[in-house]
Amino acid sequence: MSARANILARIRTRQGKAVTPRAAEQDKVAQFIAEHPQSPRPYVDADLVARFRDRALNLTTSVEDIASLQDLPAAVARYLTEKQLPKTAVCWPDYAMLDWAGQGLQVEGRPACDTDLVGITGAFCALAETGTLMMCSGRDTPATTSLLPETHIAVVSKSRIVAGMEDAWVLLRRDIGTMPRAVNFISGPSRTADIEQTVTLGAHGPYRVHVLLIP
Amino acid sequence: MHFKARVGEKLADVKLQSALKKLQGNFVKGRADRITELDNFHEIRDAAAAIRDRTLANLDVYLDTFERNAKARGTVVHWAETHDDVNRIVREIAAQHGVRKVIKSKSMVTEECALNDALIDAGLEVVETDLGEYILQLAQEPPSHIVAPVVHKTRDEVSDLFAEKHNAPRLTDIPALCREAREKLRPHFLSADMGVSGANFVIAETGSTLIVTNEGNGRLVTTLPKVHVAITGIEKVVATLEDVTTLLRLLPRHGTGQSITNYISVTTGARREGDSDGPEHFHVILVDAGRTKLLGGDMQEMLRCIRCGACMNHCPVYQSVGGHAYGWVYPGPMGSVLTPTYVGLQNAGDLPNAATLCGQCHVACPVKIPLPELLRKLREQQFELKLKPWFEMYALRAWGWLAQHSWLYSMTTRLQARLLKSAADDRGMIRSLPFAGGWTDRRDLPAPEGRTFRELYRAASKNG
Repeated sequence: MSARANILARIRTRQGKAVTPRAAEQDKVAQFIAEHPQSPRPYVDADLVARFRDRALNLTTSVEDIASLQDLPAAVARYLTEKQLPKTAVCWPDYAMLDWAGQGLQVEGRPACDTDLVGITGAFCALAETGTLMMCSGRDTPATTSLLPETHIAVVSKSRIVAGMEDAWVLLRRDIGTMPRAVNFISGPSRTADIEQTVTLGAHGPYRVHVLLIP
Repeated sequence: MHFKARVGEKLADVKLQSALKKLQGNFVKGRADRITELDNFHEIRDAAAAIRDRTLANLDVYLDTFERNAKARGTVVHWAETHDDVNRIVREIAAQHGVRKVIKSKSMVTEECALNDALIDAGLEVVETDLGEYILQLAQEPPSHIVAPVVHKTRDEVSDLFAEKHNAPRLTDIPALCREAREKLRPHFLSADMGVSGANFVIAETGSTLIVTNEGNGRLVTTLPKVHVAITGIEKVVATLEDVTTLLRLLPRHGTGQSITNYISVTTGARREGDSDGPEHFHVILVDAGRTKLLGGDMQEMLRCIRCGACMNHCPVYQSVGGHAYGWVYPGPMGSVLTPTYVGLQNAGDLPNAATLCGQCHVACPVKIPLPELLRKLREQQFELKLKPWFEMYALRAWGWLAQHSWLYSMTTRLQARLLKSAADDRGMIRSLPFAGGWTDRRDLPAPEGRTFRELYRAASKNG
């Protein structure tokens, strides 16, 4: 007998069931998964943008409003100048055609590598409940851009801020239909508290996360 | 495994005691603060326990569903009956893909298996990348907490360790130490061929594995190397994305006092056609190694455990002695239940008694595991299997017999109360007791007032 068969048989024997599952058991499980009901959720303020902003700031994410995507290069240039960070960055391919050079920035639309210091991304959506960004991996949404650089700048449309994770799954089922290879929820800069429970920002991922909200 | 023998040593360890104090402040207060963010916390907690029970009740069907959906996305699913099987499977995967260097994110299952040693013996380089686990790998020590593995070490000890092992100037500032580790570990992330992670949950609906991390090392481990192996216990399966969402509201709040961890990474299959990053091969190992022994009996509720560590953070015994005193991978109340089941009650010594049964662990548990009840059941089993010392067995039997004979019990307790009163000094305290030094060696025992409860009750009723 294989390890698989042994383990499954042991589970059923321990629970006093016949070794082969009955169709009724399988139907029950399949039906529950098909319905995927939600459990009770906590209250989240009706003003999702305000809640997102508040929670994100709590996580040491900085948040700024801009009028449109066309303003992105200017906002990024301002932020990098203010933080005294380098003016070179990588971005998701969708943003590569913006006028970066016009703002004195050198931005390439490709996945990040170890030496890149600033990564500019979008987000699949954002969660108001916790101030969280949701990223789905794919051809044009490399995961490394929000991970390897020391600074992560994300553009989020206010219309894509949902109340909680349950609503994000609804969007994912509707917009993508299937699970991408990687779904990453990002809640602020990477951190560790392993040494004396002292919270320190910038463990293995970014030291800072800056969110730019567009309408 | 000699819990009692280790306790004295740990209580006398000044550095350990100072390290343990911080845990209570941050994790205990953090949990209390964060659960107030949930207006319907008790409803959510009830739902979380029900979610865990749902998959445990039909565990085989949910595991089969997970496997089917994972395979459909190109994941290779392995089943391991024992810890040795896990080690063998990982070595085989490594050999199959020509792996030389393995990077790991924190995984308690691999601690159970002693996977690192098994891989090193097979000639592989293994690097732990969670900061705490990295420190422990350098120090060649086991973790002492399932969430904060290096909680027993002070900053000074880490400074000394890094200076020695990195052959670098001694840094004392915590952010500088963290940067030193980041810079040492980044090249390993970029050059490793295999990433090994655990999984906080596996999701039947989508065939996905999920990890929660703060440092980002978990994301690197599951993104950069060409092979990703996720290893987890069979009990970690949940039904749907909705179910895991509810558990994720409780796990970080109870684990580290955070509303949410920095990263929650859900991985489903290997890199797809056109994907710009991700591993080319994705393997999942589902591990039994003792878990099925908990199913179907009085202990099944233990399998709800989501490994948050709240029970140990809130335990007065853990708070006093730390994790190493427990002798195996899992410390605190959950460890005192798991270790006897996994390694055998006869090998677990005093662990079921390493609790005051104060009930804090039950109150703090996000999935409502009745830990004190389970510990009490293990104590009963110890008695039935005659694993207690002979004098304890006789004492318990004698007490049991006495308690069944009311007049004799009444007489004995009356005699005892008076004897103890007569042994008191002028402050009403007993300084030493023959054969019961445990009560008086470190402090004085307040003497009884002279009459038993039953006598007082009878007198009060008469005066009525």
